[in-house]
Amino acid sequence: MKIIKLTFLVVAIVFVWFAQNHFDPYAVSILNNIAIFAILALSYNLINGVAGQFSLEPNGFVAIGAYVTALFLIPSETKIDMFALVDPSPFVLSMHTSFLPALIMSGVVASALAFILSIPVFRVRGDYLAIVTLGFGFIIRIYAMNQPSITNGALGLNDIPGNSNLYWTGFIMIVTLIIMLNIIYSKHGRAMKAVRDDEDAAIAMGINTFWIKTYAFMTSAFFEGVGGGLMASMLTTIAPDQFTFLLTFQLLIIIVLGGLGSMSGTILGAILVMGGTEWLRFLDQNMDIFGYNTGAHPGLRMVVFSILLIVLMLFARRGLFGNKELTDLFRRSK
Amino acid sequence: MVLELQNITMQFGGVTAIDDLSFGVQTGEIYGLIGPNGAGKTTLFNIVTGNYTQTKGTVLFHNEELSGLKPNMIVQKGIARTFQNIRLFKSMSVLDNVLIGFHNQANYSYFESILRLPRYFMYEKNIKREAMDILERFGIAEYADTNASSMSYGNQRKVEIARALATNPKLLLLDEPAAGMNPNETEDLSQIILKIKKEYGLTILLIEHDMKFVNNMCDKVLVLDYGEEIFEGKPADAIVDEKVVAAYLGDFKHA
Repeated sequence: MKIIKLTFLVVAIVFVWFAQNHFDPYAVSILNNIAIFAILALSYNLINGVAGQFSLEPNGFVAIGAYVTALFLIPSETKIDMFALVDPSPFVLSMHTSFLPALIMSGVVASALAFILSIPVFRVRGDYLAIVTLGFGFIIRIYAMNQPSITNGALGLNDIPGNSNLYWTGFIMIVTLIIMLNIIYSKHGRAMKAVRDDEDAAIAMGINTFWIKTYAFMTSAFFEGVGGGLMASMLTTIAPDQFTFLLTFQLLIIIVLGGLGSMSGTILGAILVMGGTEWLRFLDQNMDIFGYNTGAHPGLRMVVFSILLIVLMLFARRGLFGNKELTDLFRRSK
Repeated sequence: MVLELQNITMQFGGVTAIDDLSFGVQTGEIYGLIGPNGAGKTTLFNIVTGNYTQTKGTVLFHNEELSGLKPNMIVQKGIARTFQNIRLFKSMSVLDNVLIGFHNQANYSYFESILRLPRYFMYEKNIKREAMDILERFGIAEYADTNASSMSYGNQRKVEIARALATNPKLLLLDEPAAGMNPNETEDLSQIILKIKKEYGLTILLIEHDMKFVNNMCDKVLVLDYGEEIFEGKPADAIVDEKVVAAYLGDFKHA
């Protein structure tokens, strides 16, 4: 087992290094995108797939992470020029660090908010939880819109120093994956799965389910915040409209496709969904089919992509991996 | 006295499920709780485990008041339970189900599991060994890696009891352990229960409808009807008691 895991790790690290140095910039940007969405989806899968708490808030945490990182990275002179609606608050002006502390702060802020949020949120279960967390995502976006002294309102933040490269995104993705797997194969991960399977029985085993759910929620928020920070630094420009419910929805597709509760499935899901929409781009252009020119159909790729998703879900109802991990294939079967 | 219930009354709206009930369970006893459907037996379990809060009365466990404690705290005090309809963690293996029971005994923090610090390995190794030990006592060690939901009904019941045992209880509450089992499985189960009771020094409170099982197992029974006590004493005496017979079969004399 150890050797297989190490092999995976070495292959991943070598691939990240090779891709950053030898791939063309377009391919690198796609890989960056895949890595960031993998980070977000991995952490989303912890609360949604492993702990089974159907929540719809990641866009809120990603937004928080993106704004925190952006505000920490942009130099104060640039901020004064950029904030067109009102002057930036003195606190915002004083924020400045390098990239890694900024990312960690993004995670910490998101995680702290998750803790506060978990107190009201985990009083409800099931569908109600989804609605409450959905509301939180909306609140964050509307807050970003209406606090121009901090977020520059609907104009968003530009000129964010572009620090994200494949080393950052790739390695943070690997770290996220390792941490998620460490959690899953510990007593806390088992307790999360127990909460998912039968919360009352989990309580009858002496598990404080509120704390277990809160742990999952805070961990998930931390890495969503970090992922948001990476995203801000990759795009170099952010605005509230990027963090709508559609972002959550995209992550949901990734984890359902990969398999709820499966971390290796999530990575595969991120590759298929984020890569797939790029690979299908040829469908939007002029095509020559047996001498007949179809003309350009912008948006056709999304139609085809959706059909592919439907077909995939029909044949793999529990996602590509179910709740298994890639390493389970190597475990001797009984 | 392991468990002492004093003047317990439980009302759901206008319905009185349990009416001013008092009884005590002695250390090392197997105490049976019997009675027709709807007599309030499972309600009583839920009061002891903290899932319901009684309207009136007190529950003492080793002379310590339990009322107001959360269910998970009561488990940590040493009261474990099984459910009437088996409630295993279906997506998990048999071993993992039992390991869940060791949750509070594996004393490592969340950060220790994230960073895989030495205490993680130490406790995981220990609880895995102990879990396998429990599974061996139940004769289901060979199924450790099997998915819990793909086991036979009788074995699922064993896993559920094994899981409860993993929480290191002093008092074990079994809600209809023999329900849905054939006579062989019932016999097998009662042997195991007697064995683990001796080996772990348990006190057992159980609900059961199978009178043969109750007769073989229980030192003492309490018969409930509509939330009231109608008989307490030896199981052999219960089946011939007039009131008990009337509660189960109807009162022929006045019919």
